[in-house]
Amino acid sequence: MTMSEGDLAVAQIKFVRQTTLEQQPPPMSMHGPIGWLRANLLSSPFNIALTILIALFLAWIIPGLLNFLLIDAVWTGADRDACREVVQQRTIGACWPFAWERLAYFTYGSYPIEERWRVDVFFAMLAIGVFWILWLQAPRRDLATYYCFIVLPVCSYFLLHGLPLVGLPVVDTVLWGGVLVTIVVSAVGIVVSLPIGILLALGRRSDMPTVKLFSVLFIEFVRGVPLVTVLFMASVMLPLFVPEQYSPDKLLRALIGIAMFASAYMAEVVRAGLQAIPKGQFEGAMAVGLGYWQMMRLIVLPQALKITIPNIVNTYIGLFKDTTLVFIVGIFDLLHTIEVSRIDPKWATPVTSTTGYAVAGIFYLVFCYAMSRYARATEARLAKSERR
Amino acid sequence: MSIDLRTGSPPARVPFYNDPKVRSIAYQVALCAVIVFLVYGAARNAIDNLERAHIASGFGFWNQTAGFDISQTMISYSNLSTYGRAFWVGLCNTLLVAVIGIFLATILGFIVGIARLSKNWLVNKAATGYVETIRNIPLLLQLLFWYNAVLKALPDFRDSVNIPGGAFLNNRGLFLPEPIPQTGFNIVALTFFAGIVVSIGYHIWARKRQEKTGQQAPVFLVSLGLIVGVPLIVFLALGLPLGFDYPRAGKFNMAGGIEILPEFAALLFGLSIYTAAFIAEVVRAGIRAVSHGQTEASYSLGLRAQPTLRLIVVPQAMRVIIPPLTSQYLNLTKNSTLAVAIGYPDLVQIFTGTVLNQTGQAVEVVAITMAVYLTISLATSLLMNFYNSRIALVER
Repeated sequence: MTMSEGDLAVAQIKFVRQTTLEQQPPPMSMHGPIGWLRANLLSSPFNIALTILIALFLAWIIPGLLNFLLIDAVWTGADRDACREVVQQRTIGACWPFAWERLAYFTYGSYPIEERWRVDVFFAMLAIGVFWILWLQAPRRDLATYYCFIVLPVCSYFLLHGLPLVGLPVVDTVLWGGVLVTIVVSAVGIVVSLPIGILLALGRRSDMPTVKLFSVLFIEFVRGVPLVTVLFMASVMLPLFVPEQYSPDKLLRALIGIAMFASAYMAEVVRAGLQAIPKGQFEGAMAVGLGYWQMMRLIVLPQALKITIPNIVNTYIGLFKDTTLVFIVGIFDLLHTIEVSRIDPKWATPVTSTTGYAVAGIFYLVFCYAMSRYARATEARLAKSERR
Repeated sequence: MSIDLRTGSPPARVPFYNDPKVRSIAYQVALCAVIVFLVYGAARNAIDNLERAHIASGFGFWNQTAGFDISQTMISYSNLSTYGRAFWVGLCNTLLVAVIGIFLATILGFIVGIARLSKNWLVNKAATGYVETIRNIPLLLQLLFWYNAVLKALPDFRDSVNIPGGAFLNNRGLFLPEPIPQTGFNIVALTFFAGIVVSIGYHIWARKRQEKTGQQAPVFLVSLGLIVGVPLIVFLALGLPLGFDYPRAGKFNMAGGIEILPEFAALLFGLSIYTAAFIAEVVRAGIRAVSHGQTEASYSLGLRAQPTLRLIVVPQAMRVIIPPLTSQYLNLTKNSTLAVAIGYPDLVQIFTGTVLNQTGQAVEVVAITMAVYLTISLATSLLMNFYNSRIALVER
């Protein structure tokens, strides 16, 4: 074996390195915590200024929140004296004994104490339904729809309102309150708005001019006015439109208003889903001889609803927050029970209002955030099936 | 005539009740009948119920004396004015809070929306935290918090907070010095408006010239000079023709100055902060909708970061942002009806609240209120459709 001229040259020139150098770690300024800081927080003078500004703002707000909610908070006490700075001679944060004592009122309102187990059973049944329909690995999910949309509403009505035949005394809806009402109002909105919304959306895309006209009129009218006026309409005008003896009670009126409002918004969400279905699907369904309702039930709606799930959940989040407005027409939802409690002389201190609002804020934040995470996860899951 | 190929005989006639046209007409007639029946029944019941309760009907109440006071009036009003006048007061108050709220929410929303796209980790996370928290707490709760827990907790008017410049802050509101124009101030206002008109003309001229010759004109600087600079010089030259009426602490309340009600401030804060979170999401989605290729193409043409943003990204993002932005503006206007919960005298609080209670004419009062919001909504969506058709992407 002879060496070529080039190889010879390489062998003779001693200063050319013949082995690769060990790879060195990148400089400290480019990786690790320092590199991260430089890239993410201090990349330019403007960014440095922004970082400092935001850091100062957070340094002001986060300790303030922690102090109020935990460090300076009062944890035990029997009445307002426990939470008064004048009495305690120190800075007072949240007055948790107030929230603790009123917890039952925030949950059940004035629902009779010996009957409150019925509300607990209702919450448990609802929780089962929610998990069953939302948890993808749950067994027999086909039954979950019937459970949530038929069994649960009927059972809950008799459970909460009463069925003297089986020994459940009637509890007037005037006594209902707190989380119970918030959940009932939003659940009714959710259960009623989906089917009516689907019908309205189909009506709006119908070939029949009068059906289309009435659907458009209803949807645009309800979406064009604020929920407050819809609730006022339901609570002051509705009793005029029915014979006196059938006049609906206060809660039912609010429920009708909420259901109307939610249906109109749901109709637009479903319509967007329907519009995303290619025409070939409709034509294919007709070509295999399906009638209108079969085509919708078996071909179009399953596809349309699947892609609208994230938007449906977002509508539900809006609806859940909007249920607080029933407060304005005198229904005792969670917010209303807090409004009533916070001015109770037994607990009247400067921090009582804020404590009450913190309780409500945490409640809504947890529920709405959970729903929006679910919507986002569903969106990601659906996007996966679209990927090629 | 078509022949069935299998049997060789003409097809059986479709029975008339299976004819889609006949069916369609039958369904529609049935629907109309149901609706007419419902409306007729409702109207009959309403007439019966109103007669039984001895409530008048019709719009005669419009010209009757209202007999109640309103805490904030932009047009002259006293308790001797009519219900009709009260309606206009309420409408003005609604529009006032809506317009200022839209202005503040837009500014805050754009800042937060852009911050959510920032590469600065802290800025990004702070903006995300803001949006996630505010969006997930009901607006009504936020309004009650601002009103009852923040503004009502301010000191009594005896211990008002003195703000430098002659303003006072206490639990009855914010009291600001009221500017009082003196002789000669009209001239300043006139030069200001003239400045705006001339600037618009200059802008059009500069644009035409750029299209023809490619030369750019310093439009921004010239406009600034015309709108701010010239009136300022005139203002100084005339010897500051503007006086102030400073608020003073009276015996039982503040006197003089402009009073900003805590109800108004709470509503304005609540609406702006809440809507800004939604606007931020709209802005973020709009900017992300502009593909990165646009920015790269702009850089490769030699444009720098700032003109790229101004000339390439923002105009394309606006096309995506404007429609949902308008619906957020509408939402803010509709949400201003929550004023009723904290006692700000907006249209709903005055009309659906006080007037309805006094007259008992539920149908008329609710119908008028709804008609107002419906008009605002429909007018905005008409404008929006017009705008959309103008800026829609024109493809080959």
